[in-house]
Amino acid sequence: MNGIELLYMPFAEFGFMRRALAGSVALALAAGPLGVFLILRRMSLMGDAMAHAILPGVAVGFLTAGLSLTAMTIGGMLTGLLVAMLAAGVARLTPQREDASFAAFYLVSLGVGVLLISLRGSNMDLIHVLFGSVLGLDDGALILVSVTASVSLLVLAVIFRPLVMECLDPLFLRSESRMGPVVHALFLLLLVMTLVAGFQVLGTLMVVGIMMLPAAAARFWVVSVAGQMALAAWLGAIASYAGLLFSYYANVPASPAIILCAGIVYFVSVTTGPQGGLWQVARQARARRLRLSRIPERD
Amino acid sequence: MAAVAEPTHEPAAAIELDQLSLGWRDKVAVRDLSGCFRRGSLTAVVGPNGAGKSTLLRGIMGWVTPLAGRIRVNASADSLAFMPQQGDFDRSFPIAARDFVAMGAWRRVGPWRGFCRSERQRVEDALHAVGLGDFGRRPLATLSGGQLQRALFARLMLHDADIVMLDEPFSAVDRATTEDLMTLLMQWHERGKTVIVVLHDLELVRRHFPQTLLLAGQGVAWCDTEAALTPENLHLARHLCAGDYL
Repeated sequence: MNGIELLYMPFAEFGFMRRALAGSVALALAAGPLGVFLILRRMSLMGDAMAHAILPGVAVGFLTAGLSLTAMTIGGMLTGLLVAMLAAGVARLTPQREDASFAAFYLVSLGVGVLLISLRGSNMDLIHVLFGSVLGLDDGALILVSVTASVSLLVLAVIFRPLVMECLDPLFLRSESRMGPVVHALFLLLLVMTLVAGFQVLGTLMVVGIMMLPAAAARFWVVSVAGQMALAAWLGAIASYAGLLFSYYANVPASPAIILCAGIVYFVSVTTGPQGGLWQVARQARARRLRLSRIPERD
Repeated sequence: MAAVAEPTHEPAAAIELDQLSLGWRDKVAVRDLSGCFRRGSLTAVVGPNGAGKSTLLRGIMGWVTPLAGRIRVNASADSLAFMPQQGDFDRSFPIAARDFVAMGAWRRVGPWRGFCRSERQRVEDALHAVGLGDFGRRPLATLSGGQLQRALFARLMLHDADIVMLDEPFSAVDRATTEDLMTLLMQWHERGKTVIVVLHDLELVRRHFPQTLLLAGQGVAWCDTEAALTPENLHLARHLCAGDYL
């Protein structure tokens, strides 16, 4: 077996590896661009909060119908949206800011969710929900995640212009059209949808990683929003592939391996990225010092 | 909500306020204000901090529901334009200055239509008109305060509304930029637009603005600038606003 074969052999040989690759790449393609907008809107922690918010719904679905994809998906969507609306409502009606109310609701959700699952299920079920089952994706889960990812990318394309305006200058969009709240709501809906589909693959805790890490990394390579979205999607896909390979050869759980690879991508970007990466910042600082130190010599 | 005009006659007033009170939650920002901004007028809105100037503009935009009284805007909602303060939007957003200015074409291109050649030309013209002709490709974050203000003006030009409201457009810029942008404002005024500007610089107001609304939680004076900005009125305005906090 030569080196090249090592890179594709597991996928050629095993159906479950192919499914895992398809599912996680589909998820990454949709999650990255959403993550870029979460960062631009300074809502990085919102993804985390929403991922936890879907847990009680998933748990109720699990309690009523066992490990049924449909029940858990519907349940997750419902509680995700409920928490988003409650948090937005608290932020609007009280002086508390949205991030704080989100934090409060997601902590409660996490507690309720874990409690509900452990009422009935075994530890294995809890692990399955929290960390996903990327190596055991069935047809239903695969279709769910690819349909969700496609819909999510399409809707994102449709609302791209007003969404950019909403992030950049919400007051201006408000003076121009009434789309602002609609766009905001649609964005949250896409977020919940992608997270719910993603928990099948990577689990509720890990799915945020494939959303935020590639998006945070992309910022260090390109300036434009569209460029960041495309790059985040591909970085996520590459991390998924690399993570699956790593998990196969090192015999470690797949979803943490994928997130770990995304983490490596992020650290590489932070250090070497040309748009404000540490290396570049240090080089610029050195150049500036050199320039300044030359001035007195000239005088 | 701002009322929409009756189409039957063309009144001289662009915006009429009728015993208007505006506020946020439990705080009343503007009390019992009546009067009108005439069509084609150039009005400065001045007053101490907390006088309700920004709230008034937001009320006219229909973003603050009146606590009492009425606002009547004698124009379609389309022809209202509002320029926010610099702190009201995300300066660090990764977008080129040209794209930022192009937002002003929203009324014509909407969320989906592309920018046709004439529309792109309008964007370039607006950039040139504010002196940012060479800055189109620069990211917004790299513009100075003055350049950013110029970009906001260019966006407003592209918007081409009949009624233009600006919230402290000169608070973060140097004198030269102020003069340049003031020239633009005067051009809009000459072309018959109704222009309302929240300002702090009384000298500038005296020099350029025919009309002044002196605000201090309530209307202190709303008339010709010279008659409005008397020492007595200014003293009264300061006194009224201080009273709110003492």
